[in-house]
Amino acid sequence: MADLSVRIAGVEFPNPVIAASGTYGNGECYTDLYPLSRLGGVSCKGMTILPKMGNVPPRIAETPSGILNSVGLQNHGVEAFIEYYLPTLKEEGNVIIANVAGAVLDDYIAAAEALDASDVDMIELNISCPNVKAGGATWGVTCEGAAAVTKAVRAATSKPLIVKLTPNVTSITDIAKAVEAEGADSISLINTLLGMRIDIRNRRPILHNNVGGLSGPAIFPVAVRCVWQCYNAVKIPIIGMGGISTWEDAVEMMLAGASAIQIGTAIFTDPYAPLKVIDGLAEYMDKNGIKSLSEIVGQVKPW
Amino acid sequence: MSYFCDKYTIVEKTTLAAGIFSITVKCPEMAKAAEVGQFANITAEGYTLRRPISICGIDKEAGTLRFVFEVRGKGTEVISRANVGDTLDILGPLGNGFKLPQGRKIIAVGGGIGVPPLLGIAKECASDCTAVLGFRSYDRIILDKEFEKYGANVAVCTDDGTVGFNGLVTVPLENTLKNVGADLVCACGPEPMIKAVVAVCDKMNVPCQVSLEQRMGCGVGACVVCSCMTVRNGEEYYARVCKDGPVFDSKEVKFNG
Repeated sequence: MADLSVRIAGVEFPNPVIAASGTYGNGECYTDLYPLSRLGGVSCKGMTILPKMGNVPPRIAETPSGILNSVGLQNHGVEAFIEYYLPTLKEEGNVIIANVAGAVLDDYIAAAEALDASDVDMIELNISCPNVKAGGATWGVTCEGAAAVTKAVRAATSKPLIVKLTPNVTSITDIAKAVEAEGADSISLINTLLGMRIDIRNRRPILHNNVGGLSGPAIFPVAVRCVWQCYNAVKIPIIGMGGISTWEDAVEMMLAGASAIQIGTAIFTDPYAPLKVIDGLAEYMDKNGIKSLSEIVGQVKPW
Repeated sequence: MSYFCDKYTIVEKTTLAAGIFSITVKCPEMAKAAEVGQFANITAEGYTLRRPISICGIDKEAGTLRFVFEVRGKGTEVISRANVGDTLDILGPLGNGFKLPQGRKIIAVGGGIGVPPLLGIAKECASDCTAVLGFRSYDRIILDKEFEKYGANVAVCTDDGTVGFNGLVTVPLENTLKNVGADLVCACGPEPMIKAVVAVCDKMNVPCQVSLEQRMGCGVGACVVCSCMTVRNGEEYYARVCKDGPVFDSKEVKFNG
């Protein structure tokens, strides 16, 4: 069987398939179907230093080939994560990534400091959540904001630092370069695209938050484009995500420049999707004589 | 509690009313694990989200589960096209069902397509179960004869008076509580009905379990989209309808939250 392992920022993943933040809880929800150890890693539910209630429901709406969500970072807080979820995650999973969000810089710093002393393998900085009024994506949409929060968190932790980027910007490559310059070890992209649906019968938006983040196969081409552009703009490794649902999508994302991938919305359609991608990648490598997935990263041949 | 996810074969399909289908699937391990009031998440081919559909019947010996659902949109329409011999991709059984005390009098109050998950109460509690079932009109009535077959006392209500009591389920509910009494009320239906039922139960001081609905994502508690405002130990928080529910103690639910 093919060796699917990949290395990102010095962290070894047994395979490149990571469950995307917000779609996999803290790894506890799918263990009835298969062990967490089958996945390369888990990016845990976005956490904030203090527990967060989240947005008023409805928080989800189906769209053509995708969904809109506006959860609003409902979570139990960093302390509860470290105390209740992390021990099991470490025991049962491979690479454990803590996805961290905040409103003000001090929130990010406090969360990073708390996690620095914990067993998490990596920190994924969420500066791209479109569903909270304060913070979240407001950090991720300007080079100055993205640089400032990266710099502050970089100083607060020695854990490998991934910065998760939003596509809702004029130039994602400028943001990528800004966070690379401030010490990000990796970037992950894309977070959801801001969208909206309206119920024509009552003229109300389906989401109580009015707008929400679009994910699923619908956004895959946008994600591939963003990953390709960033691959050509920065040297740090990229974790590609946005609408991946098959192993072919994963290969495509890696050809665009992703060293590893995250799967999110596809899990709602088929909880086994991550395993099918892993198996498909293994077969693809065997058939094509690929010894390491690093051989295909960024190997698209542009016209 | 454990759940499964696989493709299961449809062994029986009937139509109960226009656009309301009963589909029975062979799924032994799922049937073995299922409890009254739980649901399953069923794939609608071509759509991103599975459709949460309540479990109407559990036959552990035959290894089957029965789902009764109404075509409400394109997804349920796709599912309704599956026939005997076809397979459905089902994730389940999911969530927490009704907690039914043994040998106690239970009133099951259902409205429209909220009636199917209550049928299991009649099966378990037989003549200890009184079912108050509300429908829009005569041609929307489903499952009433099946409640009777299990030995339940059935009161049918219609909004237009074409069959049974002409009016809301709360009237027969309150009368039954006054005349016969009950140890528990279990309710499933549209939110206005649930709120009215809870108000009656609160007034009469009878415990009530409610099965709630919300737009749902994963179905297993991971994505936290199907939230419902609840109060536990004096603290408000958004519970997950899929994982913490769909059945809640009415005292915990903060309606309009």
